[in-house]
Amino acid sequence: MKKHLTFAVAFAALACGTAAYAQSDFSAQLKARQGQFRIMAINLGIIGDMAQGKSEYNAEAAQAAADTLVAVSMIQQAPMWPAGSDNMAIEGTRAQPNIWEQNDDFLAKWGDFGTAAKAIQAAAAGGVEGLGPVMGQVGGACKACHDTYRAPAN
Amino acid sequence: MRRGLGLGALGLAALAAAAFFVTGATPIDDSPLAGRASDPAKGETIFIASGCASCHAAPDAKDDAKLILAGGQRFESDFGTFIAPNISPHPDAGIGSWTLGEFASAVKKGVSPEGQHYYPAFPYGSYLHMDDQDVVDLWAYWQTLPADATPSQPHEVGFPFNIRRSVGVWKLLYLDDTWVVQTADTPELERGRYLVEALAHCGECHTPRDALGGMNRANWLGGAPNPTGRGTIPSLRPADLTWEPTEIAYYLETGFTPDFDSAGGHMVAVIENFAKLPASDRQAVAAYLKALP
Ligand code: HEC
Ligand code: HEC
Ligand code: HEC
Repeated sequence: MKKHLTFAVAFAALACGTAAYAQSDFSAQLKARQGQFRIMAINLGIIGDMAQGKSEYNAEAAQAAADTLVAVSMIQQAPMWPAGSDNMAIEGTRAQPNIWEQNDDFLAKWGDFGTAAKAIQAAAAGGVEGLGPVMGQVGGACKACHDTYRAPAN
Repeated sequence: MRRGLGLGALGLAALAAAAFFVTGATPIDDSPLAGRASDPAKGETIFIASGCASCHAAPDAKDDAKLILAGGQRFESDFGTFIAPNISPHPDAGIGSWTLGEFASAVKKGVSPEGQHYYPAFPYGSYLHMDDQDVVDLWAYWQTLPADATPSQPHEVGFPFNIRRSVGVWKLLYLDDTWVVQTADTPELERGRYLVEALAHCGECHTPRDALGGMNRANWLGGAPNPTGRGTIPSLRPADLTWEPTEIAYYLETGFTPDFDSAGGHMVAVIENFAKLPASDRQAVAAYLKALP
């Protein structure tokens, strides 16, 4: 009986351990949220290169990139940011714990990105001159969030 | 890091005892400042490039509120937490009753009107290169800023670092009024050097420090651990920062890297300041970084 009990406890501990491991990995969520930011950077790059004259202005390509930014801004965020997926708890992320401590502000800053993305969407097809100012607005939205919530890379 | 701190504390205490008599704080010779005409508009550029408001504005101040130098931001270090004081023109809470000479002694020598040393969390180790005329213009601009009555808070530092006299030893070891990059043979490189090494104090964050918190000039701008958490402040040396000069200038204006990531952390305040400077200043910084030996 005693022996059985010990075994059961050990087994339960093992099971718990595995569950905890699977939960604290969060690799799917990290891939998803980091990938979303990469999609933003790539599409912003298309517009930014045109704004700087590094590539030729193309209204259709600019519009497609801007539409993509708006689409990303509508992805629901919560499932990608589970509690415990910050850079003090796990490796592989630059997300700081204050994201969860001040979540309303974090989400408001995500909302500001959405507003800026809509401004780009409205300006994209209207000529290269209009791109500079909206790039400034969206850049401000990116920096404002990274300033407070993202740690430098390793 | 812990070990370094232990040795540093002991070493500093021993040095402090030995050097007590040579570590007094003497104010600046203010005669070169006297009788100069001042230009507050030029002083505004010095103020922006030097980032005074980035440290002395209230913790969450935005836009115009950044001109209210009420203090209160916290700076963590291996030696304790420093809290930026009120340096608004308020006569009691701020520094409204100071003279130009006292201001210059603080900014360029880290010496207070009471004859005490300031901690190097105030980056006078970089500002010591500041031109006399620029100090005069900065002082003139500062007079135009709003006063604020928020009292300054005491720093949270323990023994022996709470003895301001021990900072005198630090100054003997680390204050160096020679340029890190000795040759700057075009006006653009000279301007870049002045911005990077003096006003914008890029080295204070991007250069690694030794156990006593002095910048390791041999590894100038070589990257350093982030003092306030995880991650690394990146190296700006040409072998590591391979961006084109135009890309560096664009980053300083917009925060966008060449692959359109966006800057974060303490670099954001630097970029907000540099976005307000003339394009030629951003290009000069890029030229200086590219020319690092
Ligand atoms: C609401 C906050 C917020 C906004 C707005 C924001 N970011 Fe980020 N960004 C983050 C956080 C947090 C991370 C770190 C994620 C991680 O490592 O898990 C990050 C990471 C990134 C990364 C690195 C992704 C990777 O490969 O690891 C890029 C690139 C990026 N952001 C670009 C942008 C751009 C461009 C914008 C503006 C168009 C922007 N971000 C707006 C919070 C934000
Ligand atoms: C208050 C600290 C601080 C100061 C002062 C500072 N930096 Fe930075 N810098 C940082 C941090 C932190 C990062 C990382 C930004 C991030 O996480 O996105 C950075 C990033 C950079 C980068 C991007 C490098 C890369 O590989 O991504 C450049 C370029 C740069 N800084 C240049 C400068 C220059 C030039 C100055 C002076 C004009 C300066 N910095 C002053 C903290 C600072
Ligand atoms: C990196 C942050 C930082 C920057 C940038 C900075 N300071 Fe400070 N400053 C401090 C800290 C911290 C102290 C407190 C030092 C001490 O008590 O030993 C301080 C102290 C002072 C004092 C002394 C105030 C008093 O009550 O005795 C003056 C004056 C001052 N700073 C002016 C300036 C000016 C002018 C600039 C821009 C040219 C500037 N500071 C930029 C952090 C900063």
